[in-house]
Amino acid sequence: MAALINVPAKAKRGDVIEIRALTSHIMETGFRHTADGKLVPRDIITSFTCRYNGTEIFRADLFPAIAANPYLSFFTVAKESGKFEFEWIGDNGYSSTASASITVE
Amino acid sequence: MSDWRAIAAAALFAAAPALLAGEIPPDARRSGYSFMGPETRAMQDDDTSNPGMLFVLDGEALWAKKTGSAEKACADCHGDARGSMKGVAARYPAIDKALGRPVTLDQRINLCRANHQQATPLPYESRDLLALSAFVAHQSRSVAITAGDDPQARPFVEQGRDLFMRREGQLNLACTNCHDDNFDRRLAGAPITQGQPTGYPLYRLEWQTLGSLERRLRSCMSGVRAQAYDYGSPELVALELYLMSRARGLPMETPAVRP
Repeated sequence: MAALINVPAKAKRGDVIEIRALTSHIMETGFRHTADGKLVPRDIITSFTCRYNGTEIFRADLFPAIAANPYLSFFTVAKESGKFEFEWIGDNGYSSTASASITVE
Repeated sequence: MSDWRAIAAAALFAAAPALLAGEIPPDARRSGYSFMGPETRAMQDDDTSNPGMLFVLDGEALWAKKTGSAEKACADCHGDARGSMKGVAARYPAIDKALGRPVTLDQRINLCRANHQQATPLPYESRDLLALSAFVAHQSRSVAITAGDDPQARPFVEQGRDLFMRREGQLNLACTNCHDDNFDRRLAGAPITQGQPTGYPLYRLEWQTLGSLERRLRSCMSGVRAQAYDYGSPELVALELYLMSRARGLPMETPAVRP
């Protein structure tokens, strides 16, 4: 699925940087019914992880009350050049990944 | 003295319908953006927080994907959308020469699919159709709207204007009663806008997804307890055309974010 990641391309060592991740997902709550009364099964993202050069730096659990196309923003300290890897895991075996690079001077 | 007052009151009353039905002068036209709170504005302004951009990304992928029995992609005829589609959405709905009537951008995409790609039409409000039209309309971002300038479109703009001015539904309200006469006031806490369609297809937080102008018009119609026109009906297309010509000169914002 489409994802929009915002990581600064460059940072100074020790800088606090903001990371933003937006991904495409319907986040169906599992509490809604169709017009003919059938329950719409739950289909949400349940977990989000961000790794910085392999080390997990941020994790979030997501729940049914979270809006469609979840947007997460968080901060970390720029330590070394490398790669941020993002992973979304959800119902029905849903899995999606994205990555972004950073140069630390 | 009281006679004069009665006459003055009668004269004022007679003039009132003309005043109330007054269209918004060009320099007073305002996008729905100007009615939003700072948080929703910020969401639209930053392309990495605007969820509409997810659809634009999907549309970009569809643009280059071969489809239909002709095995052609949009890009095979139109090339790079950044150049070929710039300003196109600002002119839509536009007259289709073969059909002799205006078609919306969604209908144009489906006509292209039928005539050139030999592909099945995409259903209204389907993710793929919204993504393609968002991608195409995004190329016109900040281009001034000029739809309805074509002299051939004039009768259809007039038809749309009539529909906009006509009271309908159990609440017996016309579009103009809110969007010309009462914008900047509130309806149940929500601001009433001028109804300028500058950012369609747009991401409505209430919908939790992208939606077309037709979807927006249909929800207004159920709001006044009227029978909504079907997607793609000549009435909705005429209304859409009138609304775009009414927003003449305002810059396109696709994909906009609205509450």
